[in-house]
Amino acid sequence: MAETETRTRTGTTATRTAVRLEAVTKDFGTVRAVDAVDLTVHEGEFFSLLGPSGSGKTTLLRLVAGFEQPTAGRIELAGQDVTATPPNRRDAHTVFQDYALFPHMTVEQNVAYALTVRGVRKAERLARAREALTTVRLDGFAARRPAELSGGQRQRVALARALVDRPAVLLLDEPLGALDLALRQEMQTELKELQRTTGITFLLVTHDQDEALTMSDRIAVVRDGRIEQTGPPVEVYERPATAFVAGFVGTTNLLRGEAAVRVVGRPGTYSIRPERILLTDPAEPSAVPLVEPEPPADGRRTVTGRITDIVHAGAHTRFTIALPHGDRLTVLRQNLTGLPESARPGCEIGLSWDEKDAFPVPS
Amino acid sequence: MRLSRTARVVLGCVTVAGLAIVYVPLLLVLLNSFNADRSFGWPPSGLTGRWWRAALHSDGAREALLTSLEAGLAATAIALVLGTLAAYAVHRHRFFGRRTVSFLLVLPIALPGIVSGIALNAAFRTVLDPIGIGFGLFTVVVGHATFCVVIVFNNIGARLRRIAPSLAEASADLGARSWQTFRYVTFPAMRSALFAGGLLAFALSFDEIVVTTFTAGPGTRTLPIWIYENLARPHQAPVVNVVAALLILVSVVPVYIAQRLSSDTAGGRL
Repeated sequence: MAETETRTRTGTTATRTAVRLEAVTKDFGTVRAVDAVDLTVHEGEFFSLLGPSGSGKTTLLRLVAGFEQPTAGRIELAGQDVTATPPNRRDAHTVFQDYALFPHMTVEQNVAYALTVRGVRKAERLARAREALTTVRLDGFAARRPAELSGGQRQRVALARALVDRPAVLLLDEPLGALDLALRQEMQTELKELQRTTGITFLLVTHDQDEALTMSDRIAVVRDGRIEQTGPPVEVYERPATAFVAGFVGTTNLLRGEAAVRVVGRPGTYSIRPERILLTDPAEPSAVPLVEPEPPADGRRTVTGRITDIVHAGAHTRFTIALPHGDRLTVLRQNLTGLPESARPGCEIGLSWDEKDAFPVPS
Repeated sequence: MRLSRTARVVLGCVTVAGLAIVYVPLLLVLLNSFNADRSFGWPPSGLTGRWWRAALHSDGAREALLTSLEAGLAATAIALVLGTLAAYAVHRHRFFGRRTVSFLLVLPIALPGIVSGIALNAAFRTVLDPIGIGFGLFTVVVGHATFCVVIVFNNIGARLRRIAPSLAEASADLGARSWQTFRYVTFPAMRSALFAGGLLAFALSFDEIVVTTFTAGPGTRTLPIWIYENLARPHQAPVVNVVAALLILVSVVPVYIAQRLSSDTAGGRL
């Protein structure tokens, strides 16, 4: 079970609710995309909906934006019931996955759009559009058309357009999905920074666990139209509430049934994160060729296995280790020092972990 | 793909020959409209602007031109409204029988003109005649609209497939009301497709003769019909040539512009 922990968020005295979903259900024909979801996002929070494709996370976002009407349930923005309110009267803007920039308008006209349709004077509208473009570091691009921009630049325009009139909530639908890895990591930092400086509530949809873990204050893991677990990244990672969460957020060794009894020593379903397992030389624990601190005898479980595969992945090395009954464990070793010669496929090796790191998950 | 020298020469010749078969006769018509020889002797004995002046003063030709313009504009207007609405329904909404409706909309362009003509003729005779609407400009407009709608429907449909539905959503999301979304986003994105579709529809209507024959009353003469009727009259032949040359120009320009505007027009019978 996930530990319920009381958390105080820095810099916020009274947490007010930015988005609240109460028992929201959405059916498409006979398919239930969202199933009685309750969700609360606090004001000023960076909140991520994390889940595999088809889990209903985008539908959740579209329900908050107002593009979809819930089949049942209630949606609130800043304490106001908006269930029946059309998108243009909700104080939330969306950054679309395909950016949805207006192709016939310049960057500046795109960014100023929210002001244009509200009848803001031209001078003010342009000034604020430029200001928004500065925020996303796109000065000098005002007169271009979307077609003349790179993917990363379009992404920034989409952000500036959604932020220009400072909505209470910004909804982001897989905003970094179309960018390459380097740019994605750069934008992750930038998005987080933008959220901090503007103080606007960000509700992000992603299937990328790194993205969710890196940027969010809290994460909700979505599966089959339901929320499996909600909590801060550390909690979701360290104490996954279900086997699905354990497997989807990060990688894990999931042990069930007899394997659990053999490996963990207790019946049930257990998750052991691969980086929490230490490798030792079984013959000479004191020599410790794999450079792990000597495990304290108390509260540690020790097993012996044979290395079947070694993958060197830069900063860490991934070992696959076969235990005597055919159970396999994945172990991650930080490459703080080079790998000793003795660590080769076929070698006998000792494994140990703190018993607290083999934590039970309901399956 | 790399082609051998021979292949390139042969293909080049075939292309030139093919284009020549289409365009040399058209050039001949243009040239003959300036031919000083009344019986179009070849080579021309001299060039003259006489026939163009005569054509300008021909009441029959002028009236026919006017009728054609009226019919074309009216049919295009109807097609723009109905074709756009139909394209929106089929491409932006899901409903029972959507594919059937789409097929039925496009079918008239594939039907032989003579079949549409006969069918419309019979229908007008049984439905419109009894309520006092005789054959005339109105029936011609309705007849032309049946195939003009298809052109607009195809053009707008092709454009709608390329415009992300998220654009309209983004507009609403940023606070726009429905009419603002239409004015600032949807219409500008559709504008060139509407223009291209309208031009093609007009060009199609302007030189249509088969359906027109069956739907025009005895007093209604469009330009193609006028040409057809005067072709056999020797003293009118030079003027007919001028009108034909004019028709070529009038048809080429819109089609050229329409092509420039939308590279993906699903044209059809043009």
